[in-house]
Amino acid sequence: MAEAMSQNRKAAFSLARHSTGIIASVLFLAPIVWTVLSTFKPAQEARQPPLPPWPTTGFSVENYETLNSFGDGLWVSAQNSIYVSVMTVLLSVLVSVLAGYGFSRFRFPFRDFFFVLILSTIMIPFQSILTPIFLVLTRLGLHNTLTGLVCVYVTLQLPFSIFMMRNAFDAVPREIEEAARMDGANNVTMLIKVMLPLVWPGVVTIALFAFLGAWNEFLAALVLMTDQSKFTLPVMMTALQSGRFGAIDWGAVQAGVTVMMVPCLILFLALQRFYIRGLMAGAVK
Amino acid sequence: MTAITASAPARTHATSRRQWVGLLYVLPAVAFVVVFFVIPLGMTAWMSLNNWPLMGEHSFIGLDNYVAILRDTRFWNALKFTFYYTVIVTIAIFAVAFPLAIFIEKPRPLTNLYRTAFFMPAVVGFASASLLWSWLLNVDSGLFSPAAFDLGLTEKKVNLLATFQPAFWSIIAMVVWKVAGFTMIILMTGLQSIPQDLQEAAVIDGAGPFARFRAITLPLMRRTLALALILSVAGSILAFDQFYIILRGGPRNQTLTAVYWIFNQSFVSFKLGYGAALSMVLLAILVALSLIQLWLLRKPEGLD
Repeated sequence: MAEAMSQNRKAAFSLARHSTGIIASVLFLAPIVWTVLSTFKPAQEARQPPLPPWPTTGFSVENYETLNSFGDGLWVSAQNSIYVSVMTVLLSVLVSVLAGYGFSRFRFPFRDFFFVLILSTIMIPFQSILTPIFLVLTRLGLHNTLTGLVCVYVTLQLPFSIFMMRNAFDAVPREIEEAARMDGANNVTMLIKVMLPLVWPGVVTIALFAFLGAWNEFLAALVLMTDQSKFTLPVMMTALQSGRFGAIDWGAVQAGVTVMMVPCLILFLALQRFYIRGLMAGAVK
Repeated sequence: MTAITASAPARTHATSRRQWVGLLYVLPAVAFVVVFFVIPLGMTAWMSLNNWPLMGEHSFIGLDNYVAILRDTRFWNALKFTFYYTVIVTIAIFAVAFPLAIFIEKPRPLTNLYRTAFFMPAVVGFASASLLWSWLLNVDSGLFSPAAFDLGLTEKKVNLLATFQPAFWSIIAMVVWKVAGFTMIILMTGLQSIPQDLQEAAVIDGAGPFARFRAITLPLMRRTLALALILSVAGSILAFDQFYIILRGGPRNQTLTAVYWIFNQSFVSFKLGYGAALSMVLLAILVALSLIQLWLLRKPEGLD
């Protein structure tokens, strides 16, 4: 095909391709860039339509400062979000690595039943069981606590992350284990010293998905966190945007949106190949 | 999927005990799923048969909640709207994502850069994206209305969120922006799994691009297409964030989705039993969808 194309046609094709690519890229990136740029306008200017998007009356971080003055402040919600996301990552990685190893390497009664049970939860929307989750958390004394929210988020991550980890462990050749067992390694040392380094990419993938899932989740946090001091960023920002703290300050809303978006974007850019891996694993399975 | 078989054919007592240890490894996961999923699921079914207020005693009322659902026109309207939204948004997402997937399928200069750019909105959460767009769509401080006014396209600033049509299509635009990159990646994996020599053989046989697309690309992508379709449909049926944050179900409650209505009944009106019955209906729809998915995703016969 390439040989048949004349030099001119090749250049025209390339030009058309890149102009399409650039225009589409601009369309996808514009809302994000527009928002981030407008947050650095002074409050007065941020109330006006963002034309142009960049600050014209001087650079300012005023919007971020005002954001911190609503309710318990941005920093409290940000801390809540960080706590919930980090705990979700740690707990779901711990639970899924153990379970993935167990499902991959041992034969025990009900093994297939448990595996199917965990995976099948993905078929059922958690939105439909939120009320009982609320009651269960109350019964456990975890009502309106960030720990309770973490438990819910971990459970939601498990089908995907256990599936990922089971496959990751399945891909490790048994000879490696047998050699280590000869050297006298027990199950736990085996898992930590021998297996974990080999399934590390899988761990990064499930950690990334757990973080994004917990950081961005809205409905469960909205329902389960009733106390303002327990709000995560999405719930806090929605309260602000709904005018719960008086007239809506769009500059502050944009600052909040930026705080919510930037960690996701940075993590994705840094760990892109792990993210795509996870998507592929889900898509190709 | 590979079946796991123990390496030793004849297991001794010691190895069989070693195998039991596996139960300990999966126990935490099973505990999480039982406490925070299986039990709540059972409770939903039970609650749906009760009159269950937030405070005070609940009482068994049999199928009364389900009978009430039959008469709940607002729920059926919400369900109708949810399906309408699902159909439109899925078509819109595919109309954008498929060309993008073809665009980035082959490794050419800058393809990775374009792919990353298209995908960026997909890692932003639905809540963030909704907050962002609620600003862009705002009539006074936003972007679209003032820009259209400044360019002379409209005589005055039009409030896009005040009437159904512009509000609905604004949500569609926002969701396509947010989700197309995700669907694009899924479709790309399907495109890349089509053997290159098949396409080349068809070119030699004189098949045009359209004929090749229909005779080779589409049939070989069946499973990927089904997966992308189901993900989009399931996600849209459960839509809540964007309608709550941008429109609050308005204008005039015309954009209440099924989940939104359940949320209102359960956590605004605190009719927990009734909310549970509504949840059971939603759950049945989603499980039916999952079964269709399993059927569509079955391994093609004679292949693999």
